[in-house]
Amino acid sequence: MPRQHNTGVTKLMAGNHALAEGAVQAGCDAYFGYPITPQNEVPEYMAQRMAEEGRVFLQSESELAAISMVMGAALTGKRVMTSSSSPGISLMQEGISYLCGCELPAVLANVVRGGPGLGNIAAAQSDYFQSVKGGGHGDYRLLVIAPASVQEMFDFVFWAFDLAFKYRNPALILTDGLIGQMMEPVTFREPTWPRATPVSFDCSGWALTGARGRPPRSIKSLYLGDGVLEAHNAKLQAKYARAMAEEVRYEAVETDDADVVFVAYGIAARVCRETVARLRAQGVKAGVLRPLTLWPFPSAWLAEHAPRFAHIMVVELSCGQMIEDVQLAVGNRCPVNFYGRTGGGVMTCQELTTVALERFSTKAV
Amino acid sequence: MNYKRPESMQLVSTHYCAGCGHGVAHRLICEVIDELGIRERVLAVAPVGCAVLAYDYWNFDVTEAAHGRAPAVATGMKRCNPENIVFTYQGDGDLAAIGAGEIVNAANRGELISVFFINNANYGMTGGQMAPTTMLGQATTTSPSGRDARREGWPMKVIEMLAQLDGVVYAARCALHTPKHVREAKKAIRAAFDAQIAGTGFSIVELLAACPVGWGVKPTEAVQVIEQQMIPVYPLGTVKQVASAAPVAP
Repeated sequence: MPRQHNTGVTKLMAGNHALAEGAVQAGCDAYFGYPITPQNEVPEYMAQRMAEEGRVFLQSESELAAISMVMGAALTGKRVMTSSSSPGISLMQEGISYLCGCELPAVLANVVRGGPGLGNIAAAQSDYFQSVKGGGHGDYRLLVIAPASVQEMFDFVFWAFDLAFKYRNPALILTDGLIGQMMEPVTFREPTWPRATPVSFDCSGWALTGARGRPPRSIKSLYLGDGVLEAHNAKLQAKYARAMAEEVRYEAVETDDADVVFVAYGIAARVCRETVARLRAQGVKAGVLRPLTLWPFPSAWLAEHAPRFAHIMVVELSCGQMIEDVQLAVGNRCPVNFYGRTGGGVMTCQELTTVALERFSTKAV
Repeated sequence: MNYKRPESMQLVSTHYCAGCGHGVAHRLICEVIDELGIRERVLAVAPVGCAVLAYDYWNFDVTEAAHGRAPAVATGMKRCNPENIVFTYQGDGDLAAIGAGEIVNAANRGELISVFFINNANYGMTGGQMAPTTMLGQATTTSPSGRDARREGWPMKVIEMLAQLDGVVYAARCALHTPKHVREAKKAIRAAFDAQIAGTGFSIVELLAACPVGWGVKPTEAVQVIEQQMIPVYPLGTVKQVASAAPVAP
C-alpha cells in the first residue's frame, strides 16, 4: 500500500467479484476460504488476484480451518479476510467467538443462501439473527454491514477493514446470493461514505511478531482468575457501546413526509425503493429506511421518527428476523407490519406494491 | 553440565501435576529454541487442554487456538510471516480427535510448521476421559471397563499415519520417562525445528508422556506404564526423515 488499482475505471462485474476486488484494493494481506455456493467466485477471484499481488491465498480444508487460519493471520496484525455462505458461516461460529474474545480484526463475508440445514443455493436473508445476535458462544458482537449493490460490495470491504481495525473485532459483510451473483457497473475508487475518519492499521503495539526487543506477548481468550473474565467482558462491552454511539449508518429515502415506511436491507431494500415509487404514483406516501449497519442498528432513528408514521413495514427474505429489532426500537409508537419471502423466493415490486396497497391504501391516505 | 533455566522459559512454577510430562516437554522445546537462537522469531500455538496455559511458562510470543485448530492457526501465522518460526503444542484429544482434519491437511500441505504432540493416552484436563490414543484395555472415565476395540476402535498411531503424507519431512516418536529417552526427545525436537528452518516441509514429534493423575497411578508407576504398556503400542524412533527434500516456497 498504496498500490495502483486503475482508480476511476468502471467495469461490469458480479457482486462476488466486486467484493474480492474491493478486498484486494483495500489492502487485504491474506485470504483463507473453503468452496461453497453461492460465493465460489470470491475464492476463485482471490486465488488469481492475490497471487498477482504477491499476497497470501489458501484454500482451507474446512470452514473451521479457514476461520482458524484467519485467526492466525490476524494474530500477527495482517489484514485478513474470509468469505462463505450460510452453512459454512455456521461452522465458522467457533472461530468468530475466539476472534471476538481475543480482540482480533478480520473481515468476514456471508453470501447468504437459504436454510435451515443445507437449504438451497438461492438468495436469502435468514442469517440475520446469527449475524447480529451472536451466533457463537459468549457475549460478543460483530460489526455487521449490508451492501445493496455491486458497487457497495466493492466499497463496503474498505469500510469493513476500517471497522475491524478500529475496534479490533471482526466485521461481517452480510449479503446474499442475488447481490453476489448479479452484475452491475463498479467504479474502482477509495470510497468515502459510509466510512468515517481514517483508521490506523498499525498493530505494532499488540500483534504477535516475535519477542524481538520487547517482552513476550500472549493473545488469548481464556481468563480463569476470579473476576478476570468479567472485567474482560466489561471491556468488550465498552467497545461495543462506543460502536453503537459512533458507527450507526442508514439511508432514509423519502421518509420526511411518509405515512408508510419500509424497513429493509440489502436486496430487499432495493425492491422497497422501487415499490416506494410505485406507491407514490398511486397516492400512497411511502418511504424506506435502509440500515447500512445491521449491528449497531439504527434504533434511535426509528424511535425518534416512528411517531410520524402511520405504518412501518419490515420486508425481509426471511420469516421475520430484523423485525424484532424494529419492534424493540419502535415499541408502541407505530404499528409494525411484516412481509417476507423465504427459501429462495424474492418479492417483486408488483407483489410488494399490491400487498402494501391492500394493507395501507385506505388507512394511510 | 551446569543446570540453568533456558532464556525461553519464564521463572514461574507450573500448574502441572507431579509426574506430568508437560514440564519436561516445555523445557526441551525451550532448550532447543535457545540453542538455535530463534527465541525472538518464535510464534507458538498452545492447545485446549492442560497445556493451554503454556503462554505463562514460555518467554516468547504465544497464542491459544480453539480445540484442535492449532495447525490451522499456525498455518495462518506462517503463511503470512514466513520469517517466523511457528510451532504448535497439542495433546492427543486435541490433535488426534477433534483436530484430526486440521493436522492431516496441514501435514499434507507440507506447512512449514513444527508440531509437538503430547500423547498421554487420555484427556488430562477434563478428568481422564478416553482419547484416540488410549490403549486397549485401558480404563478411563468414559471407558470404565477398558477400551474395547470392537466398541471404541484402536489406539491411533498418528506418526505412522502422517508419515505417509508427502508434505511430511520429519516424523518421530520419543518418550519422556527416562533421562536417556529425554535426550533422544531433545534431538528429535531439534530435528523438527531444523526442518522448518531449512524450509523443507512439515515436521512432527510425538512425545509419550505420563499422566499419573489421569491414569490413577503414582508418578513412579507411571514411568513403568510408559515403558511396559505404551512403548509396545507406540514404538519409538524416527519414522520419517527426508533429508534431501527440496526447499518449498513459503
